Amino acid sequence: MSESRFRRMNDLPSTHLLGAGTALCAGCGGLQAVQEIYDVLGGRTVFVNAAGCMSLLSIYPFTPFRGSWLYTAMASAPAGAQGVRDALDLLIAKGRMPPEEDLGVVVLTGDGAAYGMGLSATSAAIDRGLDFLYVCYDNEGYGNTGQQSSAATPHGAATATSTGPHGFAGAKKDLFTLWAANRPVYVATAIGTEPLDLARKVEKARSLRGPRLLLVLAPCPTGWDFDPAEMAEVGRLAVATGVWPLKEWESGRVIHTKVRRPRLPVERYLERQGRFRHLFEPVRDEAALSAMQAQVDAYWKDIA
Amino acid sequence: MTRRLLTGNAAAALGARLASVDYVPGFPITPQTEILETLGRWIEAGELDARLVMLESEHSMVTAAGAAAATGVRVFTATSSQGLLYAMEMLYTVAGWRAPFVLVNVSRGVAAPITLEPDHQDVMAARDSGFLQIHCATCQEVLDAVLLAYRWAEEGRVRLPVIVNLDGFTLSFTREPVEIPDPDVVARFLPPFDPENVRFRASHPVSRAVAVLGGGPYSYFRYEMHRAAEEALDVWEEASSAWGKLTGREMGLVACHRSEDAEIVFVLLGSFATKARDAVDHLRESGLRVGLVRPRVFRPFPAEALRSALRGKRGVAVIDQNLSMGKGGVLHAELASALYGDRGAPPALVSFVGGLGGRDIRLEEFREMALVTLRAAEEGVTPPPRLLYGAAELHEMRRLQALAHAEREETTR
Repeated sequence: MSESRFRRMNDLPSTHLLGAGTALCAGCGGLQAVQEIYDVLGGRTVFVNAAGCMSLLSIYPFTPFRGSWLYTAMASAPAGAQGVRDALDLLIAKGRMPPEEDLGVVVLTGDGAAYGMGLSATSAAIDRGLDFLYVCYDNEGYGNTGQQSSAATPHGAATATSTGPHGFAGAKKDLFTLWAANRPVYVATAIGTEPLDLARKVEKARSLRGPRLLLVLAPCPTGWDFDPAEMAEVGRLAVATGVWPLKEWESGRVIHTKVRRPRLPVERYLERQGRFRHLFEPVRDEAALSAMQAQVDAYWKDIA
Repeated sequence: MTRRLLTGNAAAALGARLASVDYVPGFPITPQTEILETLGRWIEAGELDARLVMLESEHSMVTAAGAAAATGVRVFTATSSQGLLYAMEMLYTVAGWRAPFVLVNVSRGVAAPITLEPDHQDVMAARDSGFLQIHCATCQEVLDAVLLAYRWAEEGRVRLPVIVNLDGFTLSFTREPVEIPDPDVVARFLPPFDPENVRFRASHPVSRAVAVLGGGPYSYFRYEMHRAAEEALDVWEEASSAWGKLTGREMGLVACHRSEDAEIVFVLLGSFATKARDAVDHLRESGLRVGLVRPRVFRPFPAEALRSALRGKRGVAVIDQNLSMGKGGVLHAELASALYGDRGAPPALVSFVGGLGGRDIRLEEFREMALVTLRAAEEGVTPPPRLLYGAAELHEMRRLQALAHAEREETTR
């Protein structure tokens, strides 16, 4: 990514396109990422939205977007993107719309849709080679309805439907690998608290044609139970502890775009969040904590 | 103009071709698949300048259809039965987008039990979705209805998607002579789709289908859809009359056969009306003054046209090929609400349910329905809804049950 116009933090856009005053929670890590993504993509876009927290961005008669927006439903935003993309292509090909009226088509979806109900539509859009950018803001649960467990919820996290002493019994699905196995043009993970890395990835995705997917961790004060003021710190720790690897997949290769050595202990990330409090109080759950650390260590073991 | 033998499916595909559709999102399902395959062949051969895209479900198919229509191209799609049910969330959604396009539903019974054979349960489930509905009785009507549907859907006073319904098997796979209008006739009837402000363009950003807060804005937008659907009655009449002038085939909201001087009138939807028409002619010969009234348009409900067609009759036999469990036939209930309080409304409105899952309705059953309705009118007592079922088929059902029991005992012994 040496050719990127985003070499230093100073290269990032200093004015922001996304309007303020939305209905989203204070300290929303997802909104932070959307804002940064939008700055790079620009207003010549149509955001095709799946039901989730971000559906509250555009509430009649307001929208924070300079460009266009189409709310669809929870499961089928990629199919909505297909219809818009195909229609724009047809209009240009048939000379009924000048090419300069064209728009970039962006799906905006939460993890609830991306990891579950919307996975079939996403996979099929990749199958068809749809030219679109897919952005999943992953706050690791059905956040908009009060943080129930989803397939994105990490093992051990307390959620509204995992209130027992050990939290969520399942494990977070590896959606990055699942997408990559579907062989789109580009897949990347990102997080709003690493804006330079995010901007480079969005810029790269923007330069490519075909299915391009971004999986963005969205630290969620409301769902993860931490003070909104700590959002940036929680995000930084997700990367510094190795819990959220920053990487991209292209042409069959995975490249880690930020490898931190030494990594901070995983519990530095966990202890900041109320959803993991049961691992520390009333007594430290050494077994669970070391299992989580071991899992992260195992992930990084073979990565150069 | 030429005349050819076409199946209902082929007529639907030809209607889409004559309408010069731009975009065909598809998903296969029996008995609709032939429509999709036919359009696909024409597109491959360069005979139709359109794009066909296979989606992974009907839910996605209708999403793509609505999104493309909302971007300003002419869209055609088709489904059936479980597919229509699977798409149901998006039927409501894209109607709310006010995205005009045409969906042909080849109607078929719904699970469970699973069946491939026809009735109207699927399309009735879409009744309140905001899609307008046309029900066809012949292959000719299928072709004409698709063309009328585009003019209807795209008209600025309407701007709603349309379902053109044709019955599985009885129409979808049955060849009938169909008059094919010349392209210049179609061009005079159906101008190119002008999306006006319904589109996404870089120079004109729009936000569509955004959330609303509170019942005020929500009700406003929903009422607007209802008013557009009501307005669609007049728009249909205009379109029908224009089509009639060009082709001689006017398609009124309601089709009548020997109903003017009838005492007893059958009311039903779709292709079984051709059976009812035959039955009317037969029963007339035996001295029964019967007639037929068939709504072509089901949404918006042509209440006034039906009231005026049925005013002064002694009795009406409503035949529903659908069943709302715990209530009865849907068309019967709708007709009752249209007739109630009307001066001159027929005193007897009797409900019959039949033709489910491919079951036939025979001539002698039409006779029995006419007699039951006549008796109800004479006695002033309306009987409870009748579920059509014959002794022979009950006997056959008992035989199947005996086999099932025997099989179970065989395997559990």
